[in-house]
Amino acid sequence: MSSPVPSPVAGPAAGRRPDRRRRPAGPSRAKGVSLHLLAATLAVFVLVPLVFALLGGFKDNAQLASNPFGLPAPWHPENYTEVLASGSFWRQIGNSVFIALATTVLVVGLSAMAAFAFARFAFRGREVLFTIFTAGLMFPFAVAILPLFVLMRTFGLLDNPLGVILVQAAFGLPMTIIILRGFFAAIPREVEEAAVIDGCTPFGVFWRVLLPMARPALATVSVLAIVASWNNFFLPLAVFNDPDWWTIPLGVQQFQGQYSSDIARTLAYVVLAMVPALAFYAVAERHLISGLTAGATKG
Amino acid sequence: MTHPALTERPEKRAQPGAGPRPGLPRAADRRRRRLRGLATIALFLLPALVLYGLLVLAPIAIAAYTSLFRWNGLGGRPEDFIGFDNFTRLFASDVFHGDLRNGLIIIVLSLTIQLPLALGLALLLNQRMRGRAVYRLMFFAPYVLSEVITGVLFSLILSPEAGLANQILRAVGLEELERAWLADPSTVLPALFLVMTWKYFGFYMILFLAGRQSIPRELGEAAAIDGATPWKQFRYVTLPLLGPTVRIAAFLSIIGTIQLFDLVWVLTAGGPDHASETMAVTMFQFGFKRTQIGYASAISVVMFVLSMIFALAYLRFVMRRDTRGAVTTMGDHR
Repeated sequence: MSSPVPSPVAGPAAGRRPDRRRRPAGPSRAKGVSLHLLAATLAVFVLVPLVFALLGGFKDNAQLASNPFGLPAPWHPENYTEVLASGSFWRQIGNSVFIALATTVLVVGLSAMAAFAFARFAFRGREVLFTIFTAGLMFPFAVAILPLFVLMRTFGLLDNPLGVILVQAAFGLPMTIIILRGFFAAIPREVEEAAVIDGCTPFGVFWRVLLPMARPALATVSVLAIVASWNNFFLPLAVFNDPDWWTIPLGVQQFQGQYSSDIARTLAYVVLAMVPALAFYAVAERHLISGLTAGATKG
Repeated sequence: MTHPALTERPEKRAQPGAGPRPGLPRAADRRRRRLRGLATIALFLLPALVLYGLLVLAPIAIAAYTSLFRWNGLGGRPEDFIGFDNFTRLFASDVFHGDLRNGLIIIVLSLTIQLPLALGLALLLNQRMRGRAVYRLMFFAPYVLSEVITGVLFSLILSPEAGLANQILRAVGLEELERAWLADPSTVLPALFLVMTWKYFGFYMILFLAGRQSIPRELGEAAAIDGATPWKQFRYVTLPLLGPTVRIAAFLSIIGTIQLFDLVWVLTAGGPDHASETMAVTMFQFGFKRTQIGYASAISVVMFVLSMIFALAYLRFVMRRDTRGAVTTMGDHR
């Protein structure tokens, strides 16, 4: 496999570090212990809220008040099972999945085409156009929400998933185009020249040569798009009034309002709402991190 | 190169006019080929451009336009033109002053506490230590949770009665420190910042780790051989080389704070008495709850202008040394 690395600076540096077993001389033991102590403290800071939520979901509210730290006694799985048995939870999951997938297909497709044009054609105004896209990284989404709301009301896109999908895709374009352009630009020109000599049209070069070669980059930007869509709250909050279209973040917020006195049940809902995101993170961690670091440093 | 690269291929089909002399392209022929090149470019570029123009650029322009009107947003177009009155009113409003102050406090806290913490942690996890992969995975995990889930979780943890925070204080005998953390104007901002730190320090840690790992180890080793203490190695070798990453992290943190909404909305909705309100929350209150679209649009415009001024100034004065491509990143897309 010879997929190109977009940033030539990084490749060699990452590979140059031999993983030596032997430690460099120094006050290793005491230092090691204090390092572990610090890392462990922070780990506790991160984990305690999560564990509290997980266990709290198995308690009832009286237990939460009388026994906040211990294991549930007795365990009450009802909070979880009732959420899992409710249609609205699964409906929200379904909506979130659908909107995330549709957004991702749209933004990655359009961005790949645009990035191809930016990376492979020379034309007047190219850099200006590219800069306009890049500037989008700095536009706060909140600035656009009111006009978007009015626009969508005009076009009947309120309570319509398209209203969320199209806007999310539009705001995802800058980052996706920047990452993909860098990747396309790093693919040697000889590859596509060979394809052209074999009779490939520009579209053929794009579809049959560059896209397959860019698969790792496409995976990375797709992961970013999915996570961004999954966690989006502001836009669905403005667009969806109808509970049938609510996504998971809207559902969680609404659930908290509805069961504000039932902490245990809300904790169970929160935990179940976390599961898909954490599971996805476990699967796509590498893509997510490489995309975030590349995106952050190239913007 | 002035011609589209992909259109410089020999024509396969003979053009009607050029049939007999394929070797001599004429001006008309060249123009046609050029047009086809442009058409190809347009085909690839236009869909993204249209979507971006309609749903990103146009709304910002519309916000600017709407901000000059008094408008309740119901039907039709805004008609009651009032010039810059919305802005005058906004700049005189205590709530808006509070928004700016809250934003500034969060930015200062982030830059002085959150980023150094993340940097320290990144350097720590860059060392060879047992379990560092697990730590890294764990510290970054909150970043993938949505701000809403984070917010709801912490609103329960910080709630006065059964909340975990107060329970812990009670358990260790510090009852006098118990607070209604999110309902007390003096603690709500620190509480909000704590939640932000919980969610975001892992992200900055990952950025710094990526930056740190792209610095060749030999540099630190060379400094060590020359007698540099670990602190001096950090101060004079690592930190300067991490400069670009640090500047990017600060940039992201500030831009993120300017548009902070979800977390605040879920945790406090800006309360108590606007003590944790941000510009985006004020905008949402006026735009969606009180239907003063013109006034809310003025807030949007101010947010936009602040972001742009900040971004341009930052790019111009702070990040000018970080030339493109020299930015440290692991950039490993495989």
